[in-house]
Parts: sequence; C-alpha cells; structure tokens
Amino acid sequence: MSKRKAKKTHMTVGACISQVQTILRERFCHQMLPEKPVGMESQYKHLLELLKRTAVHGESNSVLIVGPRGSGKTMLLKCVLRELLEVTEVKKNVLQVHLHGLLQTDDRIALKEITRQLNLENVVGDKVFGSFAENLAFLLEALKKGDRSNSRPVFFILDEFDLFAHHKNQTLLYNLLDVSQSAQAPIAVIGLTCRLDVLELLEKRVKSRFSHRQIQLLSSLSFGKYLDNVISQLGLPQDFPDTKFSEEWNDSIKRLCEDKAVMAVLQKQYNSSKDFRSLHMLLILTLSQVSVSNPSIKPADLLEASRVCGADSKANMLHGLSILELCLIIAMKHLNDIYDGEPFNFQMVYNEFKKFLQRKSHSIYNFDKPVIMKAFEHLQQLELIRSMEGSTANIQKDYQLMKLMLDHNQVMECLQKYPQCPTDVKQWAMSAFG
Amino acid sequence: MVGYFTRLRVRRVYRWGRRQPTSFHRKLNTFYFDSLTISVDGQPGITTVNPGDYVLIEGDDDDYPFVAKILEFFNDETHNQKMAQVQWFIRWCELPHKNKKLLGRSPHPHEVFYYLGHSCDNEINAESILSTVQVQHIPASAPFPESPTRDTLYVKLSWDTKTFKELDPALMQDTLVPASPPPRPKPFPHCSPPTASLLSRAGRSLPTPDPMVMRRAGSAVPARVTMSAGKMGTNEAESVHSAAKLSASKTLSAKRRGRTAVTPGVRKKLQLSLSASPEKGMTGEEVLCELLDEEVESEKVLAIKLNSSPPRSLQHGYSLCNMSSGRKPPSLLGQVSLTPYSINLDRLSPSALGEQDSSRDMMLGVAPLLLEDEVFEAALPTDTGFANTPKKRQATPRRKYFTGQKATTPSRRKDSSVMREPALGVLAEEDAENSPMQPVAMTPRSKRKSAQLVASRIRKQLDLLDSTQDLSDEDDCYVPSKKQLQSSSEEEMEEEEAAECEETRVRKTRGRIIKAPATPARTPRKTPSKKATPSTPRTPRDAIPSIPSRTLPARQPGNILEEARARLHVSSVPESLPCREQEFQDIYNFVESKVMDGTGGCMYISGVPGTGKTATVHEVIRCLQHASDIDEIPTFRFIEINGMKMTDPHQAYVQILQKLTDQKATADHAAALLEKRFSNSAPRKETTVLLVDELDLLWTRKQNVMYNLFDWPTRRHARLVVLTIANTMDLPERIMINRVASRLGLTRMSFQPYSFKQLQQIITSRLNKVKAFEEDALQLVSRKVAALSGDARRCLDICRRATEICEHSASLPSSTGLVGMSHVMEALDEMFSSSYITAIRCASVQEQLFLRAILAEFRRLGLEEATFQQVFVQHQALCRVEGLQPISTSEGLAVCQRLGACRLLLLESSRLDVLQRVRLNVSQDDVLYALKVDRD
Repeated sequence: MSKRKAKKTHMTVGACISQVQTILRERFCHQMLPEKPVGMESQYKHLLELLKRTAVHGESNSVLIVGPRGSGKTMLLKCVLRELLEVTEVKKNVLQVHLHGLLQTDDRIALKEITRQLNLENVVGDKVFGSFAENLAFLLEALKKGDRSNSRPVFFILDEFDLFAHHKNQTLLYNLLDVSQSAQAPIAVIGLTCRLDVLELLEKRVKSRFSHRQIQLLSSLSFGKYLDNVISQLGLPQDFPDTKFSEEWNDSIKRLCEDKAVMAVLQKQYNSSKDFRSLHMLLILTLSQVSVSNPSIKPADLLEASRVCGADSKANMLHGLSILELCLIIAMKHLNDIYDGEPFNFQMVYNEFKKFLQRKSHSIYNFDKPVIMKAFEHLQQLELIRSMEGSTANIQKDYQLMKLMLDHNQVMECLQKYPQCPTDVKQWAMSAFG
Repeated sequence: MVGYFTRLRVRRVYRWGRRQPTSFHRKLNTFYFDSLTISVDGQPGITTVNPGDYVLIEGDDDDYPFVAKILEFFNDETHNQKMAQVQWFIRWCELPHKNKKLLGRSPHPHEVFYYLGHSCDNEINAESILSTVQVQHIPASAPFPESPTRDTLYVKLSWDTKTFKELDPALMQDTLVPASPPPRPKPFPHCSPPTASLLSRAGRSLPTPDPMVMRRAGSAVPARVTMSAGKMGTNEAESVHSAAKLSASKTLSAKRRGRTAVTPGVRKKLQLSLSASPEKGMTGEEVLCELLDEEVESEKVLAIKLNSSPPRSLQHGYSLCNMSSGRKPPSLLGQVSLTPYSINLDRLSPSALGEQDSSRDMMLGVAPLLLEDEVFEAALPTDTGFANTPKKRQATPRRKYFTGQKATTPSRRKDSSVMREPALGVLAEEDAENSPMQPVAMTPRSKRKSAQLVASRIRKQLDLLDSTQDLSDEDDCYVPSKKQLQSSSEEEMEEEEAAECEETRVRKTRGRIIKAPATPARTPRKTPSKKATPSTPRTPRDAIPSIPSRTLPARQPGNILEEARARLHVSSVPESLPCREQEFQDIYNFVESKVMDGTGGCMYISGVPGTGKTATVHEVIRCLQHASDIDEIPTFRFIEINGMKMTDPHQAYVQILQKLTDQKATADHAAALLEKRFSNSAPRKETTVLLVDELDLLWTRKQNVMYNLFDWPTRRHARLVVLTIANTMDLPERIMINRVASRLGLTRMSFQPYSFKQLQQIITSRLNKVKAFEEDALQLVSRKVAALSGDARRCLDICRRATEICEHSASLPSSTGLVGMSHVMEALDEMFSSSYITAIRCASVQEQLFLRAILAEFRRLGLEEATFQQVFVQHQALCRVEGLQPISTSEGLAVCQRLGACRLLLLESSRLDVLQRVRLNVSQDDVLYALKVDRD
C-alpha cells in the first residue's frame, strides 16, 4: 500500500508537466466556472434571488445583465443557474430557453428555436413551422395557456440582448416582456448585453413592459486583487497527484509574481484591460513554454508572451514586404507628411519613388511602371493602403485616391527591424522631405 | 352526392303544401299551414316539409347550413312571407371556441346539439329552408353509428349556451316520427297557450283591458282545451307517459338549476315545452304546470309578479276560467303534472304549500288569457323576498307593445314576428324587464331589445364561412378565388391526414408522449362532394399547445413583503381600476349602447404606455360580459388582436377570422371571408366587439387593413364595435389617409399619464391594506414616476424592487420591516441613474486615457469627431506624460473597440481600421467629471 502511494506521489517530471498543462489549459480555454464568482457577490445574490422567485413562486420577471465584454456576465448567470439547479424543487420545474443574438438573427428563427427548446414541436408536428405567423400565434397561445401557479416557469436567456432589439418591430421582445407582465405562464427574461445604452434601443411600448432591473457588472478590481487572481489561476489544486511537485510549482508561481519585471508586465496588462479573458490569453502563451527542460514558469517566459500579445499586427506585416513595396510605403509616408494626410494616387507615389531613384538611390533597381503598379496593388490587397472612393469602376487605376493605413511610427519602427534594409532607403525614410 | 344548393345557386320555389291554411290566428292575422313544398328549378321531384321534420336552413356557411326542426308553418300578417317556427340544433363548429372543451370528447362530424339557448330567433323565413335532413337521437352513452350517411345527423346532448346536458329523449322521441299536426279547426291554432303572444297581441290591440275581449279569450281557451283533451283520450297513455318523463326530467334539471337560479332556465323550458307540445298534444295545463315549475324556482319571474297591483275584477275572471279549465283535463293528467310541481315548490320556494296550490290555480287560470302584462304580473303567484327592481320591469314590457304597434320601419317584419311568437314574446318581455335602464329611456330600447335578442343567436351559426362544398355548381358568387382555394385546401387536407397517420406512427415508435388532442383547432372542412363516403372522423390536427405543468406546486408568499410583492406585480389583476373611472364609464357607455342597439362604431383610445388603456378596456369587457351573463344586455362576442403580436399587418384578418370562427385561412382569403361576413345580413348574429391594440403597427402603404377595420362597422348588418388603442393622440391625422381617418370617426379618448396622487392611489389600492410601505416612501415613488413618465408599470416595478431591497436589509437592526425612504431611494437610483459614469470610473487605465485623448483631440480640432489615427497620436503623448509604456496600434484599437462595444464611444465600422471616426456617446462634462473623481 505504502509502496503504491509512494509511487503515486513520485511521478516523473514529464508526467507532472503534462498534468499541469492539462489542468491549466482546461482552466484557461474551456472557461471553467469558478467556485464562486469573484468581485460580484451582490449581483450574484440579486440574480439568484430573482430567479429563485420565478422558479419557486412563479413570479414573472425580467432583468438585464449589463457589463463590458469579458466582465463575466455569462459566468455570473451560469454560476447562478448552477446553484439554482442544485435545489431539486427548482430542477424539476424549470425550463430553460437559451437564445443568442448572433445565432437567432431574426424573430422567425428565434421562435423556431424557442419551440424546439421547449419541446413543443412534438405537439404540433412539423407542419406548423411553415409559417412565421402561425408559429408566433402558436407560441403565444402556449404561453397564454399557462398560469402562475400551475405552469412550469421558463427562463428565457437572451445573449447579446441588444441584437434582439434590432429585429423588426421588436416583436419577440414585446411578446416575451408582455408575458412577463401579465398573468400567463411564469417566465423570467434574462438579457445579457455589453451595451450600456441598451434601454434606449427598446421601443417605448417594449420599454414600458420591461421591469427596468439592470444588474451592472462593472468591475472595480484593484491591482492587488488582480495579482491574487493571477496566482490562483496559475496555482495547482490541492488534489494534484504529486504533492511535492505541486508545492514546488505553487511556490514558484508566488515567486514569479513578486518579480519586478513580471509585475510590470502584469501591470501593463491590467492597465490595458481588467478582464480575465486577455489575461488568460497571456497565461496560455506563457504556459505553452513550460516543458520538461523548463519545468517552471520563468519571468522571461511571461515577458515573451507579453511581447507576442502586444505585438502590432501591421508592423508584423511590414516585415514580410519586398524592398520595392517598402519603398512605396516610404514614398507614401512622405506624401502624407507633405500634404498633411491628404489622399494620394498611384501616379503621385510613382513620381515620388522615381525622384528617390534618380537622386539618392544606389542600390535599388529601376523597376518598370507595371512592376511598380503590381507592388502597389499588392499593398492594396494587404489593406496597408485603402481606396477612398467606394466605387472604383470609373476612375483609372493610376489616379484612384488612396490613403495609407499606417502610422508614421509604425513605418519607422519597421525600418529599424527590417532585415538587411539598404541604408539609402533608411536614410530616405528618415529625411524630412523626400 | 352533391352539396346543399343555396338559394343563390339554384332557384327554389316554395309553396304551401295545401293551398288552404289549416288554421287562422285571428289576432295575429296569420294563417297556419301544414306543409311546405320545395321544388327546385330544373330538377324533378318535390320535397315536402311537414312540421316535425328536420331541415337545413341556409346560413353563412354553405358547407354547414343550420339545422333545425320545423315546429309550424305560417305566413306573416302581410301574407307575403312564408314563415316557420323552428327549434334550432347547433353544430359543433357553431359553438363558441371557448366552450368547446366543455364537451370533453371529440365530436362526431355529424353531431349536432339540441339548442336550449334563448338568444336566437326561433322564427325564420321559410324560404331559407334548403332541404330536409334526418336527425337521430342517440343516448349519450351509446356509440355513434359506424357508417354514417351524409344526410343523417346525430344528437346526443343539448346545449344551453353554458353547459352540455344529456338530452332528454322525450324531446326527441316522439318528434322522430314526423307526424302531421293534428287538425286545428278552432280559430286558436296554438296547441300550447301562447301566453305571451296572446298577451302581446292583446296588448297591442287593446292597450286597456276590454271586458269583451277578455271574456272571449276566456271562453276560447277552455274550448280549445276541451278539444285537445278529447284528443288526449285517444293517445292518452302515450302522452301521459311522455309528459311524466318530461316533467320528471324537468324536476331534475330544475333541481340542478335551483342553485344558480337564473332566468334563462325558465325561458328555455318555456320554449321547450311550447315547442314540444304540438306533437304531443299536451294540454295547456301541462305546459303551464311546467312553466310554473320553472317559474316558481326562478326568483326573477317571481319578482315580476310581486308588486303589481292586480285589478281585482280581472283576477276574478281568471280564477273562474281556471276552474273551468281545471275541470276538463283527465284527472290522471292533472295528477301527473301536479306532483312534480309541488315537490318542486316544496324544495325550492320558501312559501307554504297551501299558498302554492292557490297560486298554481291562479296561474293556471290566468296564463292562457293574459291580456296585458300588468295582468300577467298581477296574476302570478306572489312570493315576497325576491324583489329586484320590480318597478322597472313592470313598466317596460308595456312600452314595447306600444312601440311594436307603431312600428312601420323596415324592421317591422322582424319586430312583429317577435310579437307573435309565443316563446319569444316571453323572452323579449323578460329581457326588457331585466334591463337596468330607466323606464323613461326604454321606449326605443325595449323594442330594440326584442329584435336584438331574437337576432343575437346569429353568432352561433356564423361559423365556417368558407369552402363551398359544391364544386360542380360553383359560380363564384362570393369569392373569385374560392374554387381554387378550396380545392387546394381539400388536397392539402387529404395529404395532411395521411401525414398525420404517418406522424403518429412515427412518434409512437419513438416512444414520445403524444398530447391527447383536445380540440380540433382546425374545423373539419371536409368536403363531401368528391368522396362518396364521408371521411372518418379525423384526428384533430394540432392540439392546443401548452407549457408543461409544474411537478411541484408554486410556493405561496410567506411574509408581508412577499405578499406585497405579489400584489404589486403588474400581472396581478386588481378588482377594479382606480383613477380611470371616467374613462371606464365612457368606454362602457359607448360599447353598451352599441351592443344594445345592435349597431356598430369605432373608438380611438390613445395614451402613453402604462396608463391603463388595455386594462380599462378589458375591465369594461369583463363588466359587459357579466351584464350579458345576467341578461341585462344581449350577448356579444369579444375579440382582441394586437398589432405587436402579429408578424404582418395582414395577419390581422387571419387572427380575427380565427377567433371569430375558429378557422384558418390565408390573409387574402380571410379578408374576403370577413368582408362577406360583415356585409351579409345573416339571420342569426350578435354584436362583435373587436379590440385592436397597438393600432399603429397595422399601418401599410395602402392602409387597407385599417380601412377595412373601420369600414366594417359602418355596414348595416355588421354589428361590429371596434375599439382601437395606440400611443399617439394624433395618430389618425399623422399616418392615416383621409378616407381611413374619416371612417375612424371622432369618438376619441386619451388617457392622460397618471398624476402622482393617482399613482399613489393605485399602489395603495393594490396593496389593499397590506402594510408594507411607509407613506413617505410611497409618495416619493409616485412623485418621481409621475414627474418622469406617469407609467404605472414603472411605478409598480420600483415598488417591487424596493420591497426586495428592504428584505435584504431586514437583518440590519435599524430596519422596521417596512419599506422606507432609503429603500425606495436605492431602487430609484438603480432604475433611473445612468451607468455611464460608473462605467468610466470602472474602466481600465488605458481606456480612461483613451477617453482623455479623445477630449484633447476634440479640443484641438474644435469638432466633436476625430479619426482613430488622430486620437491615437494624442493617446501616445498622454501615455508618455503619465509615464506609461506606450501601447501598440493594435492594442490601441482594441481599447477603442472595447469602449465602442459598451457604447461609451460611437464608432464607424471597424473595417476602416485606423481611419474610423470616433465620437463620444456621453457628454464631455460627464467624462471629465468621472475622470476627475477618479484621480482624487
């Protein structure tokens, strides 16, 4: 017995590492629900009470959960539902309908989905679904049949609630909210949205029927709490098989978070966004560098991950351009400087480039115009430059007005890093006027 | 087998069977005939219809003509119209939808119900008879015959507009043999003494009792009774048997009804017994006994009798004739009819037995020859304790006769027929009596009433307008597209049937639970023309859907706060709507007058959301329905549609049609059917009250939906009252074209937003003595809401939220258990405060910095708009100032998008990348304020 135990506690490093990867990946990518939502206790209680009343007393309600992206709206709702469904009284009674504004893009689809999720279609066969009008009448009839004390309460969960407000006449919202305000089947309408102005989207009749309950999820998380959260997110659970390894790991995480450079990285992350999703992105990149040869997270790993996360996508793209294309970009940058951001066309860029070739260039080959045109078009395809007019059909290609989508700094930065950039091109780029 | 030809399709010629009338009613100036022959143009053969036969009568629906039994034929006083008195049978599809579930089983396709209601005119134009039909009575427990033939209908139950009852076989039994009526040589042709009709006739001709006429009437009745009594001798056994059965069943039903004690019962019986009597040869006494049975138990009728001061001499005369009539009938009969009667009295009326006897005697004698309503009332047995508003009743019927006498308008025919009709005379009279109006105002009313009542049965028959069954003879007289539509629907039906079987099988194999189809939502529209054999009873297609019921019962509110919360929920319907009394009264008067008059009209109701428009209308309808239940006003039908609850304005037609007749159709077809329905002058019809909520959503480019809705009420026979609700007061002017607005008329009403006092009253009345709020707190809520919107829903929601907050803080020692100011303040804060400032304060450092960069850029540009590129330059500069590491453009864009997603910023499409323009969605001051506090 003791032998087996000893065997168990002493796993190989490789096995431990792979175990760690599995646990943490699950945590970061699968959006596991935490034990208890952090920093939103009052909202949690409010929502729980509200839904409990619908489930237990049959009281109809409507509520909006509002918060910026990544603030934990869905997580809050899921936690509440998880706790609610532990009560058997609730579990046996409640029906749930989950709708998503991006999936149910109009009321017709939404109605079908509701009917499907309520398992009502076996009552009607599949013929009814031919007509939107019949479907609506059918569902309303179903809801009307119910009453407060006898029907099972239904939770309507509308993700991306604001998108439902764009449906024609807001028929679905009107009807759901109307049911929630009349003595029909008890329902709770729970809307999740990140728009703070969502109420202004509602039509006045719909608005009047909404109960105006909003649960705001605006995190006022301090950096200290944020740091604690990072430690707990990276930490291994108590029931990790190899206790020795897990202790070492947890210690290393603690030490990591006390490191100055790491603190700076996390501070930057915190400054840019408080939500946990971006943090998870950073941590998963860090985690991917953990291997048998590198069994714990080093500050350098985090720095590298932060660099990758914060990299500028356009600058990365510039590195892959040919010298000719880069020269065109520089020419455009000069044009921007000269004309103060006014749009340019191919001919202007061509002339600018020609000037450079004639006056300063030693290394650049004198390309033909069609070749330059091709390079120009390539830039357009990469959307580094963008045509100003909507319809380009009428104007000759050479004279279409274009705008550069890059910043002055981005171009300069790129030139610094560009491999084997000819010095004359660099100088040309740096000189104030072409 | 082809379908029933309506008059429009085929010309029918109607003649009396024998040219000579069998009898003549001198007072009514009508001739009675013993048969009617119908010959169809172009077809050999003559159909002869005798009283007692069952006939199909032309209605709105060619597929399902009305079914009735002929009681007698006569012509009207002008001798131009052939009339018939009938006993109606009602088809399943004619039943109001809400009552269908009362049956508790699916109906046989050929099933009809014996109609015991009283809202239908029993007198019809004989020329609306289409053909004869067989009606067979089946005991309620017995199954329907296996192979039904098309021409046979089955009756099991009777329907009295409230419940289904097992049909007394006696009613059907002897009428199954269509015996030719007994010869009636005497000038008084009615077997049953038509008290009311005699009365009414007399009332018309002799407004004051004339002793001569009285005497004549008195002597005439005994003579007639003698005759029928003599006839009794021949088939005494049978009739006694049936009479016994009849009265026994009556007693039963009387007992049942004794509890509710409403007049309809009496009427029904009256009608019943009268209609049954010609075949049975029942004597007047029998009928009267039965009448009495009913009447004694019915408080109303009793009440009528109470407080009329009977002229002594008249009463005396009656008792005389009573004696003479009492002597004549065989003693056996007397006993049979007497026994149940006294038992009845014993149970149901509090008066002593002896009194009953005397009153019965009086009644027996008097009833046959009542000359005037007052006399009638005077002679009826007195029983104090049940007097309800007798004064009015006393006065009203009289008026009616006067007006009836005067009637020279086109409606005269109908009117006078009412007068003549025995059963209906009584009906009309009672109805008029029951009406709550002042006697002075009654003159036109009572007349209208009778006419209306007669016609109000129409609705029952109006179902199923579509689908002519006759394809071969189709002449497209109504709907041009009908043929096509119908045939396609027929095919569809067949397919559906097949699919259904398939479906059922599949589902069964899957082991799912199939809901027992409760009612056929789609009325069986089988068309008999093509198939030689009628289809088997189809399984109803879609059951009424419902949310499954909960396995555990809902918990009841536990404490005062929960109780208060339940009462404050918008959905809990209060007993009455406070603060809308005036509006309620106006709408009530409007609808009531239209229902009473049998006319139509429109009303437009406006008001901002949450001011109780729909609730008030519903309240009005509830009250009116109650009034019609106790027979104060004619029955009417209420239909509600809501512009928001349909997907397309034209669906309004479909919904109206479905609610009216329970039949499905496409929008165009439904429009055509409704058009037909509202422009036809169908024989049986009752007023329809249509509530159109959210009217503005019915707007279409051509506005034809609105046009039709407002045009139908103006039709002469439509009897449609349209109540429309919308939010804006000037909607008719703003969105309606002239011809629509003109039809809507100027009957408008606007609901003002509630004032704070009204809101306070609403909450108080809802709470109804549940002490959960402090006074100040209530006042604060109502003042705040009144200042903002006057929306009662909002007010109730805030109160509800306040109770929750109070409950949460109940653990604190300072709490009193009542909802106080602090709780209300918190709730108000939650609901009204803007979250922008909090959102800015909670934003991350970079997001706040970006907002500041925007402000700086706006200041620099002097515009309220900038591109991201411009703002980002400022942002980078600010980063350096703040000592933060500058972020890359990608990160900057992410920050910008995040702010845009919660609508702190308004952004252009993100495809524009760095060129997208940025605007603030909050005022700059708010941003500055939020950021400044943050830095402190």
